[in-house]
Amino acid sequence: MSDVNITIIDREGVRHEVLAPTDMNMNLMEVCKSYELPVQAVCGGMAMCATCQCYIISDHDLGERNDDEEAMLWEAQNVQENSRLGCQIPISADLEGLIVELAPEED
Amino acid sequence: MEKQMITTDILIIGAGPTGLFAVFEAGLLKLKCHLIDALAQPGGQCSELYPKKPIYDIPGFPEVLAGDLVDNLMQQIAPFQPGFTLGERAETIEKQEDGSFIVTTGKGTKHHAKVVAIAGGLGSFEPRKPTIDDLDRYEDKGLSYMIKNPEDYRDKKVVLAGGGDSALDWTIFLADIAKEVTLVHRREEFRGALDSVEKVQELVDQQKVRLITPAEILKIQGEDKVEAVLLQHNDEAKRMEEIQCDAFIPLFGLAPKLGPIADWGLEIEKNAIKVNNSLDYQTNIPGIYAIGDVNTYPGKLKLILCGFHEATLMCQSAYQRIYPDKRYVMKYTTVGGVDGFDGSRKVAEKAVVKKIGSK
Repeated sequence: MSDVNITIIDREGVRHEVLAPTDMNMNLMEVCKSYELPVQAVCGGMAMCATCQCYIISDHDLGERNDDEEAMLWEAQNVQENSRLGCQIPISADLEGLIVELAPEED
Repeated sequence: MEKQMITTDILIIGAGPTGLFAVFEAGLLKLKCHLIDALAQPGGQCSELYPKKPIYDIPGFPEVLAGDLVDNLMQQIAPFQPGFTLGERAETIEKQEDGSFIVTTGKGTKHHAKVVAIAGGLGSFEPRKPTIDDLDRYEDKGLSYMIKNPEDYRDKKVVLAGGGDSALDWTIFLADIAKEVTLVHRREEFRGALDSVEKVQELVDQQKVRLITPAEILKIQGEDKVEAVLLQHNDEAKRMEEIQCDAFIPLFGLAPKLGPIADWGLEIEKNAIKVNNSLDYQTNIPGIYAIGDVNTYPGKLKLILCGFHEATLMCQSAYQRIYPDKRYVMKYTTVGGVDGFDGSRKVAEKAVVKKIGSK
């Protein structure tokens, strides 16, 4: 299976061009962690903490937020129209060229 | 008034699964434990974040709900009579001349222990605050992020905000106590247990609770305490409305923070405490251990089952630290049984040795 190229902009504005595998059942939060990017992922991927919140910068269509993700984003800080939880975005071939920016950490 | 000091052998900071299991392993060694946790109930993340989620990788349990795992651990450690300081966060630690420690919570409760084991997971859970100006001006002056004593709201006008279980549960509870309850949420949908959602619907229908959705609270008003909140309806007109109230309680969930432990002089790497994993999970300060999700070492995995193992080795080391001159060998529970501090005794039934004769 092929990998996809994803650009992750960290909280200092540094761009990280990473390769993400599409065949490892990984999500965007896990990709960030595997590259040691500063994503805490407190809840481990249950859409319960919003520490993996990111903004989708490129115009990829990722579909609707799921219910858990939507509910978590009601309560999180710094939420924008293009906010998503990285843990709810599975890595697939459609994500080739995706650009995301990590949301600020909550205070 | 000076509170009495709590004394124990091992003071465990964090009452999640790892901290709870440490009580059992310590108990087998006749060591007493006391636990501090910022949450009001034991279980840590398992109780607070996902009590109804199944866990599949606890050895011997093909499937167990996180909440049930906590209940089982509480039952398993009950014979060892652990003490609990709940709803308080460990703030400071002072090493004594004899090598023991005094840990003080934010509420001033003091704990004296020979050994400290930090089982703090991802840190203490702290309420997520809304983005409103001047929040700190009103804190404890009508603005609170959690409800400690519901009686404080008797006959008061209360505005709650949030869309999760705690907002729903407290709306239901306060409807009976407060003079007026208003629930404000950014969305029309709520995420919570079905019966809580239905109960709130019922209270709204009976006009015992005023529900305002979708809307967002933008401002708190009042001279030196909360007197009103200003909200914006999220409709076409973006209509503003002022609601007179004595209390404003935003319930936006809890987010964990490593908190004051970060300032205890421990070696920290990426929000976790470095420990010696080739030996006993001790930190750079002798007598302070870190076990479970809060620690880090090469190859660390944040799994409950790893926390159990770390807790076990920590207790052995703590025993040697507390009783340097005592000889001890680990005993299997199948051999030694379990002698509770409450006088209870569990032990394997002896096989019978009896002659079987033929007629």
